[in-house]
Amino acid sequence: MTMQITDAQIEFKDFNFYYGKFHALKNINFQMARHKCTAFIGPSGCGKSTLLRTINRMYDLYPEQRAEGQLLFDGRNLLGSDIDVSVLRAKIGMVFQKPTPFPMSIYDNIAFGVKLHEKLSSKDMDDRVEWALRKAALWDEVKDKLNQSGMSLSGGQQQRLCIARGIAVKPEVILLDEPTSALDPISTARIEELIDELKTEFTIVIVTHNMQQAARISDYTAYMYLGEMVEFGVTDELFVKPKKKETEDYITGRFG
Amino acid sequence: MRTTEFKSSASKRVGDKVFSGMAKSFAWLTLILLAGIVIALVYASWPSIQAFGIGFLFSDAWNPPMEDFGALIPIYGTLVTSAIALLIAVPVSFGIALFLTELSPTWLRRPLGTAIELLAAIPSIVYGMWGLLVFAPIFAQYIQPGLQSSIGHVPVIGKLFAGAPLGIGLLCAGIILAIMIIPYIASVMRDVFEVTPPMLKESAYGVGCTTWEVMRGVVLPYTKTGVIGGVMLGLGRALGETMAVTFVIGNTNFLSSASLFEPGNSITSALANEFAEADPGLHTAALMELGLILFAITLVVLVVSKLLLTRLAKGEGAKS
Repeated sequence: MTMQITDAQIEFKDFNFYYGKFHALKNINFQMARHKCTAFIGPSGCGKSTLLRTINRMYDLYPEQRAEGQLLFDGRNLLGSDIDVSVLRAKIGMVFQKPTPFPMSIYDNIAFGVKLHEKLSSKDMDDRVEWALRKAALWDEVKDKLNQSGMSLSGGQQQRLCIARGIAVKPEVILLDEPTSALDPISTARIEELIDELKTEFTIVIVTHNMQQAARISDYTAYMYLGEMVEFGVTDELFVKPKKKETEDYITGRFG
Repeated sequence: MRTTEFKSSASKRVGDKVFSGMAKSFAWLTLILLAGIVIALVYASWPSIQAFGIGFLFSDAWNPPMEDFGALIPIYGTLVTSAIALLIAVPVSFGIALFLTELSPTWLRRPLGTAIELLAAIPSIVYGMWGLLVFAPIFAQYIQPGLQSSIGHVPVIGKLFAGAPLGIGLLCAGIILAIMIIPYIASVMRDVFEVTPPMLKESAYGVGCTTWEVMRGVVLPYTKTGVIGGVMLGLGRALGETMAVTFVIGNTNFLSSASLFEPGNSITSALANEFAEADPGLHTAALMELGLILFAITLVVLVVSKLLLTRLAKGEGAKS
């Protein structure tokens, strides 16, 4: 099943994940390409979010969760104890199912993360905030109210603010965990357009329960079921002629 | 022709009326009680207010035979001991709450949290006895000399730690108060930290925050209303605490230096010590006025905390 990918940035090798005694991810082996969008699909509880959350080691926060095997980022094992997770998470940004603006102004929402890693003059910081908001296609909507609370924005705007916040620290990878599941169709469409643009500069990994979304925006798709990666391949091929019967059943709606 | 009945039965309607009437009267009762207490305090302290006027607040005299009274020493004692208590209790409580919510292994959380809540269950008189008989001697023998030989030499601040190490005094009372209010502040802080959405914390970790940066940058701003509420709860208790303070503050109305080692008096311990022996007349009125002042101080604290919250809300940007 291992498919070789040109210019792979992230690679899972014999990767297993446990919630206490529960074996949540079983023998995961695959690669993710640089500056492409990889989507994880599958029914609820299949482990797709768990897989995403291993990439920035979010599971480290919970003592009963642990990973085994190798997770290589440009050849370096991210699971090693020599990795500083703060630096890792600055390189691998994350956006969640629901918008999570910090309780501070729009400007500070962006500047907060940058300040953790870089000392910038206030002029440079202004530029960085504008750059990130422009990248997230939010600048024109908020440029006159940067001092207002991030919570005052609409749901779709809040989610783009969270994307801008992730971009502002200049990561290499952006993880999106069902980023549009709490949004209306118009906001969803804007985020999807945005993901398409971000691909030129960042590697995108997205978890989605919406198969059409995966088909629309991703270059590669992984179908997961019960903690196993059933099939992984180029999105167009996987959706048009899946190699496995289970994948076909899921994407044609006969199951799930 | 059809008619549809929309009336409920008479007994149900009466029940609802009775219920809403009762609820309303209970709410009014608290207001009436509050007004009643204020009026009673003002009325009872009126002779003292007339005799000393505003000077009562700034006079350090307390001479029952000469009928000369001033509230400066007790006010000073109350404010200083409460300030010391907050200065110690707030950072310690924050540390406890942070440990319990973020750092502690899961199996330790419940026993430790319960132990801290049990601290609040110890009667204040027990704290007083423990403070006088156990803590004060240790404090005088080891801690006070240590403070004197270290920060005692620093200019200005050093003056706060001058004088004989007696054990009992303002600093001792402040420390006992701190121990007493830590459980309140810590458990409120823990509760509000726990209700912070995990996804919000994960987002902060997700941009590369350390635990400390998550707490300071995101959790504290998110929970500030609750945190300030907890601190105010502790401060309210420190201001009003009587028994424990009376045991360890020294109960004297003379204050010869700025040192925190000096014995002093607080409003509550002055009242507790003297009320039973006070003659009717100016002495009783002066004590009543002390009570009125304590009430005013707590009111000011409450108003200041509300103002603080409004200003903090502005700091995070307007909501609309």
